Amino acid sequence: MMTSEQAPMKKVFERTQGLCDIRQHYCPGCSHGLIHRLVAEVLDELGVLEQTVGVCPVGCAVFAYDYFNCDMIQASHGRAPAVATGVKRAYPEAVVFTYQGDGDLASIGMAEIVHAAARGERFTTIFINNAVYGMTGGQMAPTTLLGQSTTTSRKGRDQQRAGYPIRVAEMLATLDGAVYIARQTVNSPKAMMAAKRAITTAFRAQLDGLGFSLVEILSSCPTWWGRAPKEAMDWVDEGMKSNYPLGVILDRTAK
Amino acid sequence: MMKRQLLKGNEALCRAALDAGCSCFFGYPITPQNQVPEYLSQLMPEHGRVFLQAESEVAAINMVYGAAATGVRVMTSSSSPGISLKQEGISYIAGAELPAVIINVMRGGPGLGNIAPAQSDYFQSTRGGGHGDYRTMVLAPASVQEMYDLTRDAFDLADKYRNPVVILADAILGQMMEPMTITREPQPVPPPSPWGARGTKTGKRTIINSLYIVPTDLEATNKRLQEKYAQMAREELRWEVQGPADAELTFVAYGNSARVCQTALRVLDERGIRANLFRPITLYPFPYEPLARFAEGKKLLLTVEMSTGQMVEDVRLALEGRCPVRFYGRTGGVVPTPDEVAEAMEQAARELSTADERVS
Repeated sequence: MMTSEQAPMKKVFERTQGLCDIRQHYCPGCSHGLIHRLVAEVLDELGVLEQTVGVCPVGCAVFAYDYFNCDMIQASHGRAPAVATGVKRAYPEAVVFTYQGDGDLASIGMAEIVHAAARGERFTTIFINNAVYGMTGGQMAPTTLLGQSTTTSRKGRDQQRAGYPIRVAEMLATLDGAVYIARQTVNSPKAMMAAKRAITTAFRAQLDGLGFSLVEILSSCPTWWGRAPKEAMDWVDEGMKSNYPLGVILDRTAK
Repeated sequence: MMKRQLLKGNEALCRAALDAGCSCFFGYPITPQNQVPEYLSQLMPEHGRVFLQAESEVAAINMVYGAAATGVRVMTSSSSPGISLKQEGISYIAGAELPAVIINVMRGGPGLGNIAPAQSDYFQSTRGGGHGDYRTMVLAPASVQEMYDLTRDAFDLADKYRNPVVILADAILGQMMEPMTITREPQPVPPPSPWGARGTKTGKRTIINSLYIVPTDLEATNKRLQEKYAQMAREELRWEVQGPADAELTFVAYGNSARVCQTALRVLDERGIRANLFRPITLYPFPYEPLARFAEGKKLLLTVEMSTGQMVEDVRLALEGRCPVRFYGRTGGVVPTPDEVAEAMEQAARELSTADERVS
């Protein structure tokens, strides 16, 4: 019962300023919402939200321009790194990031991400690896694991016909223009803390003008993995980590 | 200023970009436009502007998209096969309503074709080129002077309509040297357009996008684009007439073909045949009505192109059957000579009068 002596309610938690107050379209149990929030929190906490220009992909995150509370550009499939290059070169004061899935970045857009990294473009890429094409209906991705069933590899990915999954983070870490590359996941509170630290370091590298930075995030896709949300989160540990080990893969940010 | 100088066509358009306040250039090597990135790789940084050699034409046009999204003036340059690669990006630029200047120094096609001058990208340039209901404005220079002047104009037109503008040149116009005069003061880099994505500290949140998931939203957008194109047709048509306007034989040609026809007029004149030239300068929007008016009372229009016949379809659309339209073209990088073009006109006129006699 309310009495006049009661203290006014204290706000202990609020939505980050980095996200718009709008319902997101992602499936239940999908990691995109969590990763959006981490990126938004980092931009907010670094105090750079108002100078940020994000570039979103073609894929499940195509509508990210409606979710991030900053200026956003929607890019054609795979070309976000080229678009981000144009933004950053034309307007170097901007904090620029691309948000790309595995089909977008590691398949159709492989040339653009490799060359942006090689040039040491001063932007940050958030790379969502869920080992499947989500938006188009669960087809095989370049990061699909051997034996993993997709709608274009029903009996499981067979290396004789479909080759091997690509370890993007390790590959890009061979390039001299890259300064910080890490792989994390968001399937537990602890993992989310680690992912947020990596995202923060990646954006700091950009703010310091050091070069290209990327955080690959192992992400769940309950819908196309045919797993319940909890099982999908577990499968990140059980199915993905052995092929995509977590950790900091390259760090040249130390002063 | 006002000093007459000798310049290559490709150099003239670089100077024009600089003088128009172009902030960024993104390109990729391809013959016969290589002087453009080579020259700009020096010129742009010297003036504190951005030059970047992209990893592909696909990347270059998407860099153009990104830079244009921040509200600055931006240009790319390529030649036919490279322009094909850029088409998806051009469609996005048109869909997101961003200004950009795109140079096409045309070469022979299809496929790898060759590196000789051609005009076989007319359809691609004037019909949109990529997917979807959009058009690019297309300007066709016919001299080094126009390589400069039209490129200067292209930046203003791109900004006015927030639409890509194509300069449709060819290998000859790019490579040849001619005297030219810069009659306009160079313009400093203009302040970024207010609609550019430059952070929310500008007081608004900007989204640059060509995705409209609700069909009626996309339809409304496409209708708005069409209104823009209709305005271009009302306000931007350009053409030029050379030779006696009352002559009854008319060449219709653009770019380098128009230069050949210009000489052919002299060849015909020496033979006592009066003819003139109608040269469209805007290829999109095409000067349909001006051409139709000009064609009144003419016996014959001969369209001359370095292709198997592309602009001739617009000439026929303009005339709607009111005047005989014939075509003469060389293709694959072959440039017609003034003599063969004059001969083609004489022959077409002869065939027409023979046909008239048969009818009467």
